[in-house]
Amino acid sequence: METHSQSNNQRRLLIKLDGITFRYPGSTANIIDKLDLKLYRNDRIGLMAPNGSGKTTLFYLIMGLLKPAAGQIHIFGKPVSSENDFKLIRRRIGLLFQDADDQLFSPTVLEDVAFGPLNQGKTPAQAKKISIETLTTLGLNNFENRITHKLSGGEKKLVSLATVLAMKPEILLLDEPSTGLDKATKALLINLIAKLDISYILISHDHHFLNKLSKSIYSMENGKISTELILHRHFHNHPKNSFYMH
Amino acid sequence: MIQEPFAMGNSRIHLLDPRFKIIAAIFYTLVIALSNKILVLAIALCISILLVYLAELDLREVAKRLAVVGWFLLFIWLILPLTFEGEQLYQVGPLTITLPGVMLATRITIKTLAILLAFMPLMATMTIITLGHTLNCLHLYDKFIHLFMMTYRYLFVIENEYQRLWNAIKIRGFRPKTNMHTYKTYAYLIGMLFVRASIRAERVHQAMLCRGFEGRFYSLYDFSVSRSNWIFAGFMTIITLTLIILELI
Repeated sequence: METHSQSNNQRRLLIKLDGITFRYPGSTANIIDKLDLKLYRNDRIGLMAPNGSGKTTLFYLIMGLLKPAAGQIHIFGKPVSSENDFKLIRRRIGLLFQDADDQLFSPTVLEDVAFGPLNQGKTPAQAKKISIETLTTLGLNNFENRITHKLSGGEKKLVSLATVLAMKPEILLLDEPSTGLDKATKALLINLIAKLDISYILISHDHHFLNKLSKSIYSMENGKISTELILHRHFHNHPKNSFYMH
Repeated sequence: MIQEPFAMGNSRIHLLDPRFKIIAAIFYTLVIALSNKILVLAIALCISILLVYLAELDLREVAKRLAVVGWFLLFIWLILPLTFEGEQLYQVGPLTITLPGVMLATRITIKTLAILLAFMPLMATMTIITLGHTLNCLHLYDKFIHLFMMTYRYLFVIENEYQRLWNAIKIRGFRPKTNMHTYKTYAYLIGMLFVRASIRAERVHQAMLCRGFEGRFYSLYDFSVSRSNWIFAGFMTIITLTLIILELI
């Protein structure tokens, strides 16, 4: 996989969560409880846990959509806490939502994919170019003028992925990307994600999907990421697991 | 749920710049709405029919749309001639048909048809999406346009939610009757739809924040103006001015 010359770079810490605690208003228990997490460059972490164990909440906390009651979040080596900190972070992390209908709000595919690049300050011409390139990489040629609500479930998922990738994120957070997809679309998605040169955390209930796409798979229990590793694949140039629990 | 039978086409009208069509439609129909002379209205009706012809619209679809207002016009014809005070035209038993009543009904009918037949070739020959972009280009209030576009986008999602809820109600043997249980069920259905729509709205907003949304929308589109648009603009201006002059003299 990676060459040795990159190994220094590889160790770059992208996300570091320390003792994060979060409780939904009206709830009696902490859904996230003193959780620690480290994501290094080139990590591909799988998370598999029952419903309601706080996986999606964890993603929302990393993106700053929810604010933790306690603990510290460091992203790209800097502490982030205020809304302004997160605004900058969100341009560099892509979150793929569970329901594609939440992600695709524009009437046409092109506008939706171009939405992120335009927010990043690209000109309409640049945004259009990036969008069409991204769609092409995902095999969605000539999808630009399709109407988003008329796409099939699988197409919606792929276009959602395009909207995220068009922003050229350094980290991806994938929230159950395979839910509701048929076998063929799932296989296509696995191929596409496997080819990406990007660090990510992947939430899924799908064993096959996780096995194909993660170097290590963890579970979540009692608001923490379980210290027990479900799977850890060894790569020759990757002797150490890059994901540590405390 | 929303069909756009006229949106696609290659007629001369379809190829025009949507901005020109919208502006023309607004001024032209406004003048028709404010005119009262039968002559002016009759000319306008002819022009509207000409526009339908130029747009090469499917006449069956046109008729279907006219049929909807047909009912409204039928009631006007049933009520106005009989209830309007004025010179008597006919006496049918105890009922009097008055001349001003008939004239008014005629005016309303021609006006309605002229405006409708103008809107079909001018406004319906673009998709709702193009309409949104065009309004944006015409510098209509941003929030209004996004409300409009998002409504269009999520109408279908909310309709799906409605279908799911309604199926859940149906498979458990619900039959609407005139009783408290039925009203309650409908109220729950509507309430649930609002709850789901608002949760959906929150998630959509979060997804937008994740993609760097900071309260400003940017448009991708830029329209270019060809010569045929100016010819069309000139034509519509002359027509509209003629109608105004005829109405005023």
